[in-house]
This record gives sequence, C-alpha cells and structure tokens, in this order.
Amino acid sequence: MSKFNKKKSGELPAISTASLPDIVFMLLFFFMVATTMRDQTLLIKNNLPTANQVEKLDKKDLIMYIYAGAPLERYQGTYGTSAKIQLNDKLSDVGEIQDFIYQERASKREELVPFLTTALKVDGDSKMGLITDIKQELRKANALKINYVTKSGDAVEMN
Amino acid sequence: MAKRSAPEVNAGSMADIAFLLLIFFLVTTTIETDSGISRKLPPEQEENQPPPPVIKERNLFTVIVNSNDELLVEDKVMELKDLRATAVAFLDNGAEDCSYCQGAKDPSSSVNPKKAIISLVNNRGTSYKRYIAVQNELVGAYNELRDRVATSQYGESFTSLEARYNDPRTPQEAKDKIKPKIEAIQELYPEKLSEAEPKKN
Repeated sequence: MSKFNKKKSGELPAISTASLPDIVFMLLFFFMVATTMRDQTLLIKNNLPTANQVEKLDKKDLIMYIYAGAPLERYQGTYGTSAKIQLNDKLSDVGEIQDFIYQERASKREELVPFLTTALKVDGDSKMGLITDIKQELRKANALKINYVTKSGDAVEMN
Repeated sequence: MAKRSAPEVNAGSMADIAFLLLIFFLVTTTIETDSGISRKLPPEQEENQPPPPVIKERNLFTVIVNSNDELLVEDKVMELKDLRATAVAFLDNGAEDCSYCQGAKDPSSSVNPKKAIISLVNNRGTSYKRYIAVQNELVGAYNELRDRVATSQYGESFTSLEARYNDPRTPQEAKDKIKPKIEAIQELYPEKLSEAEPKKN
C-alpha cells in the first residue's frame, strides 16, 4: 500500500527552464554582434532638410559620409559659428576633402571603387556656398556620385 | 562532519535578466538606411575644350534661386509650390515629335522632353534647405511624367519599378526584365538637369 501512496503524492515534475537562459543569451549575442554603434560623434548641428522624391542608400560599405553644418554650441568657442565640414571625427577644411576621398578609396577593395557614393549630410540652414565648394572638391577628386541625404517629408510645406 | 550538498542556485531569474538585455539591444538597434536625392556631378572641365552646343531659348527652363531663397522661374517670380506644375508643363509641352506628351503644344515652350533642359542657378547665399526643396520639386516633376508613361505602358509606376530594381531581394531574372523598361522610360523623359556654377554674390 505504501508504494501506491508514494506514487500518488508525487506531483508533475516542473519543466526545467535551465536551458532557457542559454537560448536567450544566444539571441542576445546575435543582436549585440549585429548592432553597429559606429555612429560618429557629431560636432556640428545636423538637422537634415526634408524631401520626398528620394532613393534609398543601400550597401553601407560603399558610402563615404561628409557632414557639414554650424558647430554645436559647446564647440563654437573653438571653431566659431560659421558652417564647417566634418570628416570622420574632426572638423576640417574644404581642402581636406580630396585627401579624405583618396584615403577612403584606398581602404576599399579596388573593384568596388567605381561604386562608391558620397553621402552629404548637411544641415538645412547652411548656405549653398559651402556645398558648392564641397562639390567642386569632389569633382576634382573625381568622386562624381553624390547623394543629398534627407529626412522624408514634404519639401514644400517645411519651407 | 556530515557532507552537505551545496544548495542549487536558482537559475529561473537568469532568463529574466537575459530577456531584459535582449530587449534593450532590440530597442537600441537601428538598422536605419539613409535615403536622399541622388545626383551625378559633371566631370571636371578640361581646358580648351570645344564650346558647348547652342541651346535654343525655348528648350531651356531656367530656375534661379537668390540669397533670400526667392525663386525666379523663366524670368518670373514664383512660389515653390507652383514649381513642380510649371516644370511638368514645360517638359511635357511636346510641340514637335512627341506622341506620348499631353502638354499644351505651346510653340514658345519646349520642343519635346528629349530636348528640354532645366537649368538651376544658385546663389552662394541660398540656404541648403531651399536648394533641396527646389531639387526635390524638379525631380518630382520628372518622376510624375515618368510614372504616367510607365503606368500607361507597363501598368506599374516608374518609382515602383525603380524601387524593385534597386531592392537587393529582387531576384536577378526579375531585375533583367525591369532594366529595359526603366531604360525605355528614361529614354522618353531623360533627366536633363543642369547646374550652373554659382554666382559669387
């Protein structure tokens, strides 16, 4: 009889959740690896203008970014208030663009160089004079494919 | 001393911690793709090259933006919101040899879309915002016409054809089919947008 009793008192064994953390950690590591926190620290204002006739920029490895705009308030003491260009992590002169392009080209595989696009992330309040200077430099460096990066939205209403 | 078995650590909350981290990374991950207006710059001008061909005034649509962000289109002051419609009317005028044009066939406006050129002149003081808005409207005018002709010929708008062509998930066979369509439409309404060297003051 005692044998029967023993069996009846036993409850359903709890499902072991010991492997659950492993599964979740696997997912976690995947996302940690896939996340690129490569974002440059911007030293300039970068409020992009809006447009709606846009094309998507795929293939991030084929894009060179040039930022431009007025320096942020806390850097205005050092760099002044007029619009500047940011290449990689520092503010630069227009004349340094050519070197930047050549450096970027050198870091890419040779067969990819013709597909490189220059993405211009320029603050909406900058003046065209600066952008024209950038474009002239890009022409000199023969980097002719450019893209004006914008936010999506109606261009007419925002003006 | 009696041998005591070490109490088992409760690993049940481990999953919660891991989930917390997982959700944090899920939320902070931005797989953003930038989008914008693509342009191709003209190559640098070489010295002593032949002078550019003469373009008839009727085939030229001049847009001038001054340093106060005001627009002068074909020698008339214009609001930005009217620019697209005016550009469409100019490109689609189709006075001669243009079976697909639906314009007014005005003899003083462009001959056909293949000859029509839009010329954009900026001042150095123009704001970038306004420049992008003007570019956007002019590209919009081309897209509007291309969409119209693509919808009537292939039953699909040009922008959607182009989006499918540029999508990396589209299989290669489909791309090969789309490519001639895109090229045919670009032939009908070639994007001839010229930018002059900006004026100094």
